[in-house]
Amino acid sequence: MNNQGVGILVVDDEFSVRDSLCNWFRNEGYRTETAESGSEALRKLQDSLWDIVLLDIKMPGMDGMELQKHIKKIDNTIIVIIITAYATVDTAVDAMKEGAFDYLSKPIDPDKLSILIRNAVNQRRLIAENIQLRQKVEELTLQDEIVGESPQIKKILEMIDTVAKTDATVLIRGESGTGKELVAQAIHGKSNRRYFPIISINCGAFPEGLLESELFGHEKGAFTGAQYKRKGKLEMANGGTIFFDEIGNIAAKMQMDLLRVIETKQFTPLGSNKVVNVDFRIIAATNSDLEKKVAEKDFREDLYYRLNVFSIQIPPLRERTMDIPPIAHYFLDKYARSMNKDVTDISPEAMRILTQYNWPGNIRELRNTIERALVVVGKKNRIEVEDLNLLFLPKANPPGDSLEEIEKAHVKRILEQSDWNISRSAETLKIDRVTLYNKIKKYGLQR
Amino acid sequence: MSYIDIVPIGEVEETVLSFLKQSIFQTFKIQTRIRNRPFDLSLAYDPVRDQYNSSGLLLELINEPPPETLKILGVTELDLFIPIFTFLFGEAQLNGIGALVSAHRLHNQFYGISGNRELLESRLLKEGIHELGHTFGLIHCFTLKCVMKSSTYVEEIDQKSIQFCKSCEQEVLHWRNGRSISLK
Ligand SMILES: [Zn+2]
Ligand SMILES: [Zn+2]
Repeated sequence: MNNQGVGILVVDDEFSVRDSLCNWFRNEGYRTETAESGSEALRKLQDSLWDIVLLDIKMPGMDGMELQKHIKKIDNTIIVIIITAYATVDTAVDAMKEGAFDYLSKPIDPDKLSILIRNAVNQRRLIAENIQLRQKVEELTLQDEIVGESPQIKKILEMIDTVAKTDATVLIRGESGTGKELVAQAIHGKSNRRYFPIISINCGAFPEGLLESELFGHEKGAFTGAQYKRKGKLEMANGGTIFFDEIGNIAAKMQMDLLRVIETKQFTPLGSNKVVNVDFRIIAATNSDLEKKVAEKDFREDLYYRLNVFSIQIPPLRERTMDIPPIAHYFLDKYARSMNKDVTDISPEAMRILTQYNWPGNIRELRNTIERALVVVGKKNRIEVEDLNLLFLPKANPPGDSLEEIEKAHVKRILEQSDWNISRSAETLKIDRVTLYNKIKKYGLQR
Repeated sequence: MSYIDIVPIGEVEETVLSFLKQSIFQTFKIQTRIRNRPFDLSLAYDPVRDQYNSSGLLLELINEPPPETLKILGVTELDLFIPIFTFLFGEAQLNGIGALVSAHRLHNQFYGISGNRELLESRLLKEGIHELGHTFGLIHCFTLKCVMKSSTYVEEIDQKSIQFCKSCEQEVLHWRNGRSISLK
C-alpha cells in the first residue's frame, strides 16, 4: 500500500499552516497542493481530482462551511476534513452534520492527524471500490432484463424482491429457456450480497469427476492433469451467491458432497488437507421434475428439502402470451443496436405469429428468432413474416383482421395443437363439441 | 571531503553526540563530525506554549554552513513545535541541507516511566537517520521495519529498525552517486 495517487488539497488563509501541512503530506508521499481561499480551492477542485480536502473553517471571503457545500456539489465522495481553532468547535460540529468526515483543532496533534488521514484514505478507497463494484453490478443487470407485464411476471418480480432481502436458499423451476439464470441474477443483484460475485455453474455440463474439481478446486497434482492449484467456484462465490443450474442432473456422490457443503459451509479442495470456510447464498435451478426424481430415488430427499426453501416457478412463455410483444421488442432494440441496423418495428402479421406460436424453447427461442430475423431482414426497417423462421410455424397464410378470420385461425390452431382431438379442443375453446363441429364446417377446416 | 555535521542546540550530552556521530557514519558511509556553534534560543521560544519553534531553529541551523558541510543534523533536548502541530519529534528539509531532531519526547521519563539510556539513544538515532533521510529526498516508507516509516508515537519508533529498506537504501546510494561523494 502506498499513498501515491492520493490527492490532498489544503485550504487555509494562513501561509504557515498551508506550508507545514503541505510539507507534512508530501513527506507522507501524498500528492499535495494548497489554496489560500475558497475560490482558489474551487478552481483547483475543477482542474484536477482530489480525494481529501482539509479546509479552515474561518477564512475571509468564502468561509469553510460555504466551500464545503460547493465541494459536495462538485463531487460528494470527496472527503472533507475541517480545521478549526478551539473557539469554533461548534461550527466544526455543524460542518460534520453537513457531511464533513471529521475535524481537527489547531494546533493539530500530529498523531491524531496521521490516524485521521489514514482512516480517510481507507474510507475513500472503500467508496471508490464500491462505485466500481456497483457499476459492475449495474452492467450485469443491464445485460438482460426481466421483461413483461403479465400478472405471472409481476408476481415473480414481487417474489424476487421478497426473497432478495433474506438469505434463504431459492429453487427456481421452469422449462429450459424461461430465464432462470436471469431470475437468479436479479435476486443476487437486489440482495445485500450484491457487491460480491454471483458464480454460476451448469451442473449438467460437466462429467462427474470434473464437476467436483470445478466446485471444490484442487491442489497442484491432486490428479493427473492438475498441473496447477485451482480455486473452486465455491471459494470464488465467497460472500456472494452461487447459482447451480440444472441441479437435477448431478450424480449421487456429488449430491452427498453438496449436501455436506450446504449444511456445514465448509469443504476441502481435492488433494488438500485444509478445510475452507465459505459463506454464500445458494440459488438452484432445474427444469426437471425433482419430486419424481426423489420418488424414484434419483435425487436425495434431504438435499431436495435443503434446496426447496423458497421456490419460484417461471411459467412457460406460451402461458403468458401478453409478454411476447414487449419481450420481442426488447430483443429487437437490443440486437438492432448491437448489429447497428435501423430496424424499429415488427409488422402486425409477424407479431401475430409470434404471439400464436407455442415457443417450446421459451424466451431463449424468441431471442434467437428475433436475432435471426434481424440478420435476414435486409434493408427493410421492420421485421416481416418472411423473416421469421419458426420450427413449427403453421404455413397457412396469416389471418386478416376481421373477427371471423381471427376465429378461423384460432380454432384451426387449437385443433392442430391437440392433434384434432375434438373434445379437448372444445374444452380449451370453452365451447361444446357441436359448436366446434359447426365452426369446422363453417370455415371448411381440414386436418 | 564532505561531512554530515552533528550540531547540538542547547545542552546535549557529549556521549549522546559521539554515539550519533559514529552510528550515522555507519549508516550513510559519509564522514560525520560534531560541530559546536552558538544559538540564540530566545528567538525560537514561545512563552505561551513553552516550546521552541522548530522551523525557526532549523532556519538558524542552516544559516551560512561551512563549505565542506553536506548535511546538518541539529540535535536538541528542547520541546519542538510548529504552529499547526502540538509537537514534533523532528523536522527536515526534503532534499535540502538541514534536519533537526529533539530528544525531549523520546525520554521514557516524559511518559512517566523510568529512564532507559539505550532505548533513548536508539530512538534518537532512528529519528536522526529518518530526518536526514528526508534531506536525501526520501519520503515516508511503508516497509514495516524501514527507518523511513513515519512514527508519531515513541512506540512506533521502537517498532522500526535503524536501517533503510532495500529501496530506500537504493535512493540514498543514488543520491550519493549523483553527486559523486567520496566514500572516504
Ligand atoms: Zn519523516
Ligand atoms: Zn523504506
